[in-house]
Amino acid sequence: MSELLLLFDLLLTVTLLVLATAAIMSREPRRAVILYIAFGLLLALVWARLRAPDLALAEAAIGAGLSGALMLAAARRATAAKRQHASQPGTKGETS
Amino acid sequence: MTPAWAKVLIPIVLIAIGAVLVWAFSLAALEGGDRLALIALERVPESGVSNPITSVLLNFRAYDTLLEVAVLLTALLGIWSLGPAAPAFQPASPILGGMIAWVVPLLILSTGYMLWAGGHAPGGAFQAGALLGAAGVTLALGGDASAGLPGETRLRFLSVLGVLVFTAVGVILMALGYGFLTYPEGYAKWLIIFIETAATLSIGVTLAAAYLGGEPRDERTSRSAT
Amino acid sequence: MITQFLYGGSGILLFLLGTWSFIVHPPLIRKLIAINVMGAGVFHTLVALAYRGLTAPADPVPHALVLTGIVVAVSATALALAFGQRLDRDHGSSADDD
Repeated sequence: MSELLLLFDLLLTVTLLVLATAAIMSREPRRAVILYIAFGLLLALVWARLRAPDLALAEAAIGAGLSGALMLAAARRATAAKRQHASQPGTKGETS
Repeated sequence: MTPAWAKVLIPIVLIAIGAVLVWAFSLAALEGGDRLALIALERVPESGVSNPITSVLLNFRAYDTLLEVAVLLTALLGIWSLGPAAPAFQPASPILGGMIAWVVPLLILSTGYMLWAGGHAPGGAFQAGALLGAAGVTLALGGDASAGLPGETRLRFLSVLGVLVFTAVGVILMALGYGFLTYPEGYAKWLIIFIETAATLSIGVTLAAAYLGGEPRDERTSRSAT
Repeated sequence: MITQFLYGGSGILLFLLGTWSFIVHPPLIRKLIAINVMGAGVFHTLVALAYRGLTAPADPVPHALVLTGIVVAVSATALALAFGQRLDRDHGSSADDD
């Protein structure tokens, strides 16, 4: 039983670290943000396992959900601005 | 760009910091004692709520939580002072619009549940506020330029409501001869629920307004930016 | 005990990864993700420290601290993004170039 639990712990930890590394190393903003959201949701799962259900709820809703939504909007703006910058330099504008 | 020596030096310094951190962590973990946990868990029945985290947040360390709500308000004021919002999203397609019409009421309903459940089960003001904020974000994603938020005057009032009620309760208790935010016996539960309700509204409104970004606009002049 | 060290150690690793990325990667959005990963590492370490095994209830005091921290982190993120947007508007998108 405890070996199985340890195996589960190891699996969670390794996935967590891999997701964090992938989010950090990704060059494309959108991809990085989506990986960060996945990381936050997995972190919520880990905290549920560590007997912190309140924190799991908060992390899933605030840490992954709202931060993720905020950063996705920013990533979208950054990509749009870069594309516009590349096509017609000198203009500053927002596209939607 | 980072020079070559920095590329080598930074990881070395970080590994050294990591070693110190692991050492500190092992000190804390191996010490074993119960520290504050025992005292906190012992006194949970006196706090008016049976969820230990809510009792720490709203009773034992209510001061912390008051300041946290104030931090949230400060961040919102900072965002508002940085100029107008980005243009709204395109109006949602019928399928997304239909889903939003279902999801938003459900989110608001679960806000109420989460707020009430916080007393005895996982949940509480912050989770409930996050759900309320998520309802606003969902509306904004569907193309609502105001994310379902009220007009400027009421928006400003709602965003300070949490700090206002929290401080008012503390000051009134002080005037009655108790300490700042020291709840009298028997009233703790209702005072906590009262504060949490105000805090939930504020947190939800703050998060939704932070997602929109930009200073609040009067309803009549809204959407003029697009 | 081994669970505590496994999760606490991974929390410290997350913190270090975040710090490294924060120093090395120039784009603002990547720095922001790095700060959030740093924060997640700190929270993770605290949660691991509060864990008392499957049978005993966890320590509620660090949990309350982490809950506070999550909310402060998201408000800092929102403020930082608003600053970034303002920078973009004033100086073009140069602040986001690699």
